[in-house]
Amino acid sequence: MKIHIKNGHLIDPKNSTDAKQDVYIAAGKIVSIGKAPEGFSANQTIDATNLIIIPGLVDLSARLREPGFEHKATLESEMLAAAAGGVTSLACPPDTDPVLDEPGLVEMLKHRAKQLNQAHVYPLGALTHQLEGKEITEMCELNEAGCVGFSQADIAIKDTQVLWRAMQYAATFGFTVWLRPEEPYLSKDGVAHDGEVAARLGLKGIPAVAETLAIASILRIALETGAKVHLCRLSTAEGVDMVRNAKKAGQKVTCDVSANHLHLTDFDIGYFNSNTHLKPPVRSQRDKTALSNGLVDGTIDAICSDHTPVDDDAKLYPFAEAEAGATGLELLLPLTLKWAEDNKLSLSQAVKHITESPANILGIPAGDLSINANADICVFDPKQYWKVEPKALLSQGKNTPFLSLELAGKVKYTFVNGHLVHG
Amino acid sequence: MQNPQLTDDGKLKHLLSIEGLPKKILNQILDTAESFVGVAEREVKKVPLLRGKTVCNLFFENSTRTRTTFEIAAKRLSADVITLNVSTSSQSKGETILDTIDNLTAMHADMFVVRHSQSGAAHMIAKHVAPHIHVINAGDGRHAHPTQGLLDAFTIRRYKPDMHNLRVAIVGDVLHSRVARSEIHALTTLGVPEVRVIAPKTLLPQDVEKLGVHVYHDMREGLKDVDVVMMLRLQNERMAGAMLPSSQEYFKTYGLTQEKLALAKPDAIVLHPGPMNRGVEIDSAVADGTQSVILPQVTYGIAVRMAVMSILAGN
Amino acid sequence: MNLPDAETLFKGLIEQIKPIITADTAIVGIHSGGAWLAERLLAILGGDIENGILDVSFYRDDYNQRGLHNETKPSQIPFDVKDKHILLIDDVFYTGRTIRAAMNELFDYGRPASITLAVLVNRGGRELPIAPQISAFNTELEASKNLQLLRHPDGTFYFTLEENK
Repeated sequence: MKIHIKNGHLIDPKNSTDAKQDVYIAAGKIVSIGKAPEGFSANQTIDATNLIIIPGLVDLSARLREPGFEHKATLESEMLAAAAGGVTSLACPPDTDPVLDEPGLVEMLKHRAKQLNQAHVYPLGALTHQLEGKEITEMCELNEAGCVGFSQADIAIKDTQVLWRAMQYAATFGFTVWLRPEEPYLSKDGVAHDGEVAARLGLKGIPAVAETLAIASILRIALETGAKVHLCRLSTAEGVDMVRNAKKAGQKVTCDVSANHLHLTDFDIGYFNSNTHLKPPVRSQRDKTALSNGLVDGTIDAICSDHTPVDDDAKLYPFAEAEAGATGLELLLPLTLKWAEDNKLSLSQAVKHITESPANILGIPAGDLSINANADICVFDPKQYWKVEPKALLSQGKNTPFLSLELAGKVKYTFVNGHLVHG
Repeated sequence: MQNPQLTDDGKLKHLLSIEGLPKKILNQILDTAESFVGVAEREVKKVPLLRGKTVCNLFFENSTRTRTTFEIAAKRLSADVITLNVSTSSQSKGETILDTIDNLTAMHADMFVVRHSQSGAAHMIAKHVAPHIHVINAGDGRHAHPTQGLLDAFTIRRYKPDMHNLRVAIVGDVLHSRVARSEIHALTTLGVPEVRVIAPKTLLPQDVEKLGVHVYHDMREGLKDVDVVMMLRLQNERMAGAMLPSSQEYFKTYGLTQEKLALAKPDAIVLHPGPMNRGVEIDSAVADGTQSVILPQVTYGIAVRMAVMSILAGN
Repeated sequence: MNLPDAETLFKGLIEQIKPIITADTAIVGIHSGGAWLAERLLAILGGDIENGILDVSFYRDDYNQRGLHNETKPSQIPFDVKDKHILLIDDVFYTGRTIRAAMNELFDYGRPASITLAVLVNRGGRELPIAPQISAFNTELEASKNLQLLRHPDGTFYFTLEENK
């Protein structure tokens, strides 16, 4: 199968390309950029006039809800959502049911995903058995089964001795440990940023110190054990500062932020809108600005969707009891574009955070359109506005804080390995 | 974001929180309540306003006092009243709040009075109900207890009519208190120039001063020259964790005694939403003393709830 | 129609009322015009006639359509209604619905011996089997007209006649 994508504007941050260039694909790989290779005759030509061509998006956190939560979403529905969002590679956290702590489960998930022949799925294995924070998992076995890193999802390890051992063990084999920094006692029962809005609404707060204290212990243990650490979903200004300082001091650490947190503050909770119940909580304007600045100066490496489909029933509770999470795969691109526009950044600068950078964190061959790279491609119309509403979303999760908003950036074509999965 | 309590033309549709309500509406409620105070002294202690209407008291959390005053208020308005303690019935069978609401709506309830242990429950119900139904929040988690805030404001106005010239202190567990939040919003909206909160740091929410109050940790300093002292109930379970060491120490530091009350203005009044923990947050000598208006609060509570119900049902 | 002079009518009303006042009479004015009339009437009659004010907001039959009025005033009946001869005073008698509400409210205070209705103007258009026994002026006004009694700062009365909006 030979494909020619013509007349589009190509943005490929890794190769510093930001120009009108045609893309030529053969046998699932990029074979040429700009000029047609000798004797190339396309089976299929895509006209990308007025469209932008970027590497397929790499999402560092997308819950596919399988196994165990098929009433919230299925692999089928969420892979379609990924394709519709231009996402061609995604990492999924281990908080399924059963938890991804056994090689067999990981193999099954990989197998199911492969059969669907859509986005590449990279499972994160559980760092501890059942995510209980007590016993470490068979990381080597899980790695062989396909885990690209080890994570605790949203459940922090309380026992620092276990955290220490888990990081030591992961460091032995060079595995990356993915942790969302949140001190479990300080955040206990909390559902909102501990500030003015929580005070007004009478919601139990999660103070910023819950994040900074966790970052301090994680970074310190990582330094001592030599473990590679990826910090997930930073949410506080102080947290960004700590990572900035650690990076300045030469510590190898990466981190991400969710697209939600680049746009929302606790004031968006409004009158108890349970769609804004997220983990970590959306925080103050000052935190939001600091997250944005952290991305710009390279402290934060990547933007992820933090895709967490929640069924409507689970949201039909008072704010604190409503399940946390929002659908995100189809919003990652438009929210990243909006962030770039709000902060007057070039498209290339923004796209890097959802392609090249997350691919580097995962250590996977993706996120760029070099010659011979996998033809994972997203072609989108930057000017087309669309309304975020349930019927516009392919994900089975219809809940998002951005409901009824008009966002620019509509994915027209998505290719995975040169195979058209959306469009 | 439109306030979900108001209709498009600015009338009160639900009473969910005092926050965001215009002063005009608060005054309308308080003025109407004045008219209801006298109804209790008549031979027939009823007016026919809500005749044929069904008021449903839906208590997902137990409360004898609040439930009773709402019941009396509805009955004095001639409404039919159904009271359901849901905490002990369908919720344990897995029925959701909204299922319960739907069922009662099918039985032609016209108004829901809701108490729930979770902040935001009343908002959620108000968002869900059919357009002709009114919802009154009778306390949701730590968030709001608007009729209590209004009856406290009503009581204060009766004793101290010039609200624009008052200094009020709210003492105790503001962090967990829906009453405190509603009192703060009611008083600041009605133009009270200085509202103080007095509590240890463990019982104050983060950024509480952004609600427009002055924070004091020393009760003696905080009570100085105030016109009104509003005590909050201290739940016993607060002693269990790391919030407070003991009720004895709390009484010593934040309990209202005659000696501490003497620091306030000589004609200062003392309020308490009840039920009181005598010897914990308030000394019996104060609770039963001449400056206490705790029992009038209860009486006025009925008039204020009648006012709220009759204004809502007419809008 | 030429508006009658309210003060002249008021003088006429007093003359009609005087003869029926007995020791058991209590005067009740309906808020607001009737209450003003009652207030001046009591001052003129002197003595210590029992009196009160009714605000019929809680008894109105249009509550379901129009809701509660923005300014309700407390009703004040500081005497025992039982066995009293009530002289009920209002400014303008129209449909009779206000009087129906007022009588219902009065009965919630107790069982009076009798109720006599006295008004300044009976403008016609009654919709209930209720009529004033005493009126200083009778006329027929179109339904589109709104006749209202008002009070000058010095306490003297005057009428306004406007088209209903």
